[in-house]
Amino acid sequence: MELYLDMHSPPCRLVFLFAKAVGIPFEFKHVELSAGQHYSEEFGKISMIRKVPVMKDGSFILTESIAILKYMVQKYSSSVADHWYPADLQQRARVNEYLSWQHMNIRAHASKVFLLRAVFPVIMGSEVPKEKMDAAVEDLNQSLNLLEEKFLQNKQFIVGDKISLADIVALIEIMQPLGTGLNVFEGRPKLSAWRERVKKEVGEKLFDEAHEVIMKVGSLPEKMQNNSQLEMLKPKFQKIFR
Amino acid sequence: MIRKAPALRDGDFCLAESIAILLYLAEKFQTPDFWYPADLQQRARVNKYLSWQHMAIRMHGSKMFWLRLFIPKVLGVEVPQDKLDAALEDLNGSLKLIEEKFLQDRPFIAGDHISLADLVAIVEVMQPVGSGLDVFEGRPKLSAWRDRVQEAIGKELFDDAHRTIMGSQEAVKLMDGSKMQVFKPKILRLFL
Repeated sequence: MELYLDMHSPPCRLVFLFAKAVGIPFEFKHVELSAGQHYSEEFGKISMIRKVPVMKDGSFILTESIAILKYMVQKYSSSVADHWYPADLQQRARVNEYLSWQHMNIRAHASKVFLLRAVFPVIMGSEVPKEKMDAAVEDLNQSLNLLEEKFLQNKQFIVGDKISLADIVALIEIMQPLGTGLNVFEGRPKLSAWRERVKKEVGEKLFDEAHEVIMKVGSLPEKMQNNSQLEMLKPKFQKIFR
Repeated sequence: MIRKAPALRDGDFCLAESIAILLYLAEKFQTPDFWYPADLQQRARVNKYLSWQHMAIRMHGSKMFWLRLFIPKVLGVEVPQDKLDAALEDLNGSLKLIEEKFLQDRPFIAGDHISLADLVAIVEVMQPVGSGLDVFEGRPKLSAWRDRVQEAIGKELFDDAHRTIMGSQEAVKLMDGSKMQVFKPKILRLFL
């Protein structure tokens, strides 16, 4: 199995983390997004959507991290513990509910805050307008409130007593703006306590290893600035920032 | 407490998110295999679509509906042409991917049979149609797929499900915009 990954990308960290946590062997194929590698002809042969992560299992190619996770769970069902994606109808529904909701909420908002803080100045050549930044942070806060009040409530993990796919999908997205210096956990003891529980279940060393790149994201703007592909990448980012 | 539709209540079990509800129903009622195939790769194809569509066709189709109908006709706010153009470009991009990546030369998204992916796709593709934008025009492959989906579901059921959205252009004329003013700031922030 090959996994095409750039560890700056939360969905990439997700499949990396899960595969390693449950012992699924894979070959790490690095794709440098900031260098526009995903637009190369070579990568285009792997996936025409030109996004990461991509899984290649033999000749079977699969995109979309959520689909990849479920594929891994199903293929390795005999060795992946049930709590990751419970067979129980209602518990599984709870996991699916979070996996569906998160796309347009936590994922969208955390990703936007990250891009505004880390990438906007390089692409647009100016600081982020305060109004835009404030609105993005407000959206993220509302999503985090819902995560705490609706999905976590007073439980240990999203589904209940045990960790599931929902928890790692949630946490890796929330980690995204952290590397830009925005501490989303500040003033949120419930969320912080949950984070610690998730890290412990996955393995702290593995979790930190997966987040090494994103925590050093301060150097990303410089990296992009010096990159010959910057002019090619600019219009694609400008669309997100408009 | 998410305060969105659809929501399911089965006994005392409440569930939000249409994708989660579909998967719950398929599993609980042990629906025919083709809806959500047990086969590893086929299921992956369905899951891939179900995941991709949130931030693609769902977002773009829905946005067209808001920009063309609800915002100008009900909220009484003029939508700048450049916003409409950009939204149309995004929608076209998603429709192109549906044809070239998800359908290719298969009758349905997962292969020879209809699945949840086709249901999820068709309803989102129909959304901008309700606003008067014929997305099927000039897209013979998409049109042929729509016909196959309609046939597989049953035209009567398909039309019944889309009655409300297809009546939107008329319905907005009768809507009382003053009741919606409380939503205005949020809607404008989301779409404009």
